[in-house]
Amino acid sequence: MSGEYSSGDIVACTYGRTLRKGTYITSRDGHAVVKLESGYNVGVPVTSLSLISRPEAVQPPEVTVVQDETLPRLSIVSTGGTIASRIDYRTGAVTSQFDAADIMRAIPRLQTVGRYRARKLTTILSENMTPAIWQELAGAVYEEIEDGAAGVIVTHGTDTMAYSAAALSFMLDTPVPVIFVGSQRSADRPSSDNTMNALCSASAAAADLGEVAVVMHASTNDDICAIHRGTRVRKMHTSRRDAFRSIGGLPIGIVEYPSLTVRLEPCAVRRGSVEPALRKNLEERCAILTFYPGMSPAVIETFSGYAGLILSGTGLGHVSTLLIPPLRTLIEQGTMVVMTSQCLHGRVCDRVYDTGRDLLRAGVIEGEDMLPETALAKMMWVLGNEKDPAHAETLMRSDLKGEFSGRSTNGL
Amino acid sequence: MDYERLGLKAGIEIHQQLNTREKLFCHCPTVLRTFDERSGEFFRFLRATESELGEIDEAAKEEMKQERRFCYYAYVTTCLVEYDEEPPAPLNPEALEICCTIARTLSMTPIGQVHTMRKLVIDGSNTSGFQRTALVALDGVLPNGGSIETICLEEEAAQRVEGDTFSLDRLGIPLVEITTSPCMKTPEEVREIAAYLGMVLRSTGRVKRGLGTIRQDVNISIRDGARVEIKGVQELDLIAEVVRREVLRQQNLLSIRDQLRDRGASVMEEPEDVTGIFRDTKSSILKKAHSVLAVRLPGFAGLAGREIQPGRRLGSEFADYARKCGVGGIFHTDELPAYGITAEEVGQLRAMLRAGGDECIVLVAADEKKARCAAQQVVIRAGWALRGIPEETRKMLEEGSTAYMRPLPGAARMYPETDVFPVTITADWYSSLPLPELLTTKRDRFVRELRLDPALAAQLVSSEQVGLFEKMVDAGISPSLAARTLLSTLKELSRSGTDVRYLSDEAIMEVLSAVEGGEAAKEAIPAILGMVASGTTVAEALRKCAPALSRDELREIVRRIVEDRRDFIAERGIGALGPLMGVVMAEVRGSVDGKLVSEVLKQEIAAQVQENGNRNGKKV
Ligand SMILES: [Zn+2]
Repeated sequence: MSGEYSSGDIVACTYGRTLRKGTYITSRDGHAVVKLESGYNVGVPVTSLSLISRPEAVQPPEVTVVQDETLPRLSIVSTGGTIASRIDYRTGAVTSQFDAADIMRAIPRLQTVGRYRARKLTTILSENMTPAIWQELAGAVYEEIEDGAAGVIVTHGTDTMAYSAAALSFMLDTPVPVIFVGSQRSADRPSSDNTMNALCSASAAAADLGEVAVVMHASTNDDICAIHRGTRVRKMHTSRRDAFRSIGGLPIGIVEYPSLTVRLEPCAVRRGSVEPALRKNLEERCAILTFYPGMSPAVIETFSGYAGLILSGTGLGHVSTLLIPPLRTLIEQGTMVVMTSQCLHGRVCDRVYDTGRDLLRAGVIEGEDMLPETALAKMMWVLGNEKDPAHAETLMRSDLKGEFSGRSTNGL
Repeated sequence: MDYERLGLKAGIEIHQQLNTREKLFCHCPTVLRTFDERSGEFFRFLRATESELGEIDEAAKEEMKQERRFCYYAYVTTCLVEYDEEPPAPLNPEALEICCTIARTLSMTPIGQVHTMRKLVIDGSNTSGFQRTALVALDGVLPNGGSIETICLEEEAAQRVEGDTFSLDRLGIPLVEITTSPCMKTPEEVREIAAYLGMVLRSTGRVKRGLGTIRQDVNISIRDGARVEIKGVQELDLIAEVVRREVLRQQNLLSIRDQLRDRGASVMEEPEDVTGIFRDTKSSILKKAHSVLAVRLPGFAGLAGREIQPGRRLGSEFADYARKCGVGGIFHTDELPAYGITAEEVGQLRAMLRAGGDECIVLVAADEKKARCAAQQVVIRAGWALRGIPEETRKMLEEGSTAYMRPLPGAARMYPETDVFPVTITADWYSSLPLPELLTTKRDRFVRELRLDPALAAQLVSSEQVGLFEKMVDAGISPSLAARTLLSTLKELSRSGTDVRYLSDEAIMEVLSAVEGGEAAKEAIPAILGMVASGTTVAEALRKCAPALSRDELREIVRRIVEDRRDFIAERGIGALGPLMGVVMAEVRGSVDGKLVSEVLKQEIAAQVQENGNRNGKKV
């Protein structure tokens, strides 16, 4: 068994006609994985190995970074998204870096934009994000703001970054930029978008902005990062660098690379527009449901007991007429139901067709042109903080943090 | 030259593109495009990532000296994987199978579980900043008794358009890399082994052909010399010459070293600013330069200009190093006065520096920063001349001499490509892979079994058409007809402007089968193929080009002609065959095979001769 070797052991590998030296890495599917001196990993029978030596682990060198006290103080709060990593070529292991000094060393140019304090909140895969962590995150960001940070950078896995940005948009009133950033291509690769995204996010965090935003590549080129409003942004591609898009309007600004020049649109909320505030209650008994042809009314019934349900309907905001009775029941029992559209682009309007009018009569609230995910985060926050159903409905119908685009511009 | 006595040790690394349907880690076709077919461009910056030990690879650092912006050409035949915008697809099983077939042919031991690695390459030729590569098999055997160390399956890099612009059509084409041990002892042996490996690769029938699809790197050292890697020898015929010239270079450099030592030569590390001397010079390079620096090399006079390889001097090596700083070249006093620099100026230079007669002075001219850098590089290279030969990666120049490219790379920086799962190679599967018939064996078989001329057989097996040839022979087409059609008819057609790419293997076979069946004449083959190439169906072309006469129709024509020339035949007997052949052929216009005409004509003439004889006999 391979239990006798541990990662980093120097082993002799007799395979083929020659004996080769290598480093034991791990065992995988019945093979011992050895990194040969040539750098290649090979999977060979564990019986072909014998131990030569067990070297002591090499400690990465200590780093001290002197930060420029004249630059704005920025905070980096990490949740698991990696903006810096380090490779151990002896074993091939890639480790994420969260410490401010390590991040500075990996991306030295950050030191020309600000001085940093790093705070590791959690290291989760972003698909494992929860409303409870949003609450912790909002609290941590609020503390940084209260502590005088000129801007806060939140590193986040990209899968659920848009949800988190939307949630924090509602939970926080911020006078400084709160910038979400991540990378679509892993930070270990020389081509990673991490460096440019990190530098642009730092520049945005130091800019004249006062809202929650996402800063990521605007195109496949390394030329511009877009600054997206936290309530209007969505991940629209599985893997591309420019996966993040502002839906229903333009980004609120850009950061040019490599100059790191920030250009804000007139609609961007400026630094210092509000006093910092934190309202972090969330009602977690909320869900989002994408309608599809043939959906059984029984599906609606399963949401009985929920505080709120976001429907992602077809077209202008429709579901099958068969679903209207169970929806009426659900609403009568106290569940708030808000209609959004799975078209993502465009506004819900349930006054055009009969089905829509029936939905409105049943008590469904039109979600305007809110993104379904934003609507969910907003609903959790509204229902978490407002117990009066009528007030809650009024809030859902109001534009709180730019989640409604107000007027529909023609750009897609 | 006695290479064994010189302690020559050489090994080769062969890179061969595989002719798979798809690329190694995506489903794009493995086709090359012309640059103007590009559908878009994008640009990126690459940066070295830090290793655990806090160091950045030396070669990588060299590349990172300037922040470099790379531009890439995209095509409709490339996808997000080439753009480093999508994770790779699983390792292409077709490529792995070809790689394993080659490995098995070379008696190599396959790796049980093949792991794809990322090898750091940040010269821009890979969008990701690394090349994906997997070690597939170990320890092969060569005919000279030497060994093959490894065979790897890797992705081809992007093609450089110019400067920092790359074309992505080539990126990701599967490549096998075969590395031999340094087991070759003469230049000819290197050529033989390279030829042998090339032959084995082509024997699979599944590798790409043509310029640039196979590249050889050669590792060379001699006793007391240094290991030098020469990149990108594309033509096999030059490989022995490259080795010979490298041995010569190393011998000459060693001899220069000994002479320098005897003279007590030295390198003065601090360059002198001599810009003032050349303020009014006729050398435009020196005149327009902000800074002219002189590197002083006491004891080097006469040796910097010494030839070390055809067309290359020690001074050329200094210049190679200096060019790394962006200067166009250097001047040294061994070659002066020249290039607009006068003897008087050289005299002033020597006087100003109080240089002795045995001192060589190297001049670099550029802006201050570049000139400093270039002078420093000359100092480094000149220092090596006193010690011996630096270990280097060199690039081949035309005709086999070489120039400095970069220092030898350290151990490759590799870490696992976690997006690609390891692939298991089972012993059963590996041993079930059919071994290709080696082209040399095939050649001998063609001579033996098909009675082909040895030269023709050799030409056939080295052509890309050998597979089609065998299919034709299996289909009952005569080997000589098949060989002639493939090796000459198609070439002639192509030369006369027919686009033979439009001729499918099936169409060519159909035409030849029709000829073998007597439906068309051999003489009509070019015309028929020409029509098929321009879009006519085979059947239609056969009908148009070869309104084939039946044997009976032919006999009728022949009889008429023979009858008309009764007297001529009476006079010449069977000797009339030759002249009448022409008459018949003119009438049937190539629609009948000459052999058949000759056969029928001979019969008819014989019949008439016989008849005449009988008649005469009666008379008598
Ligand atoms: Zn592709």
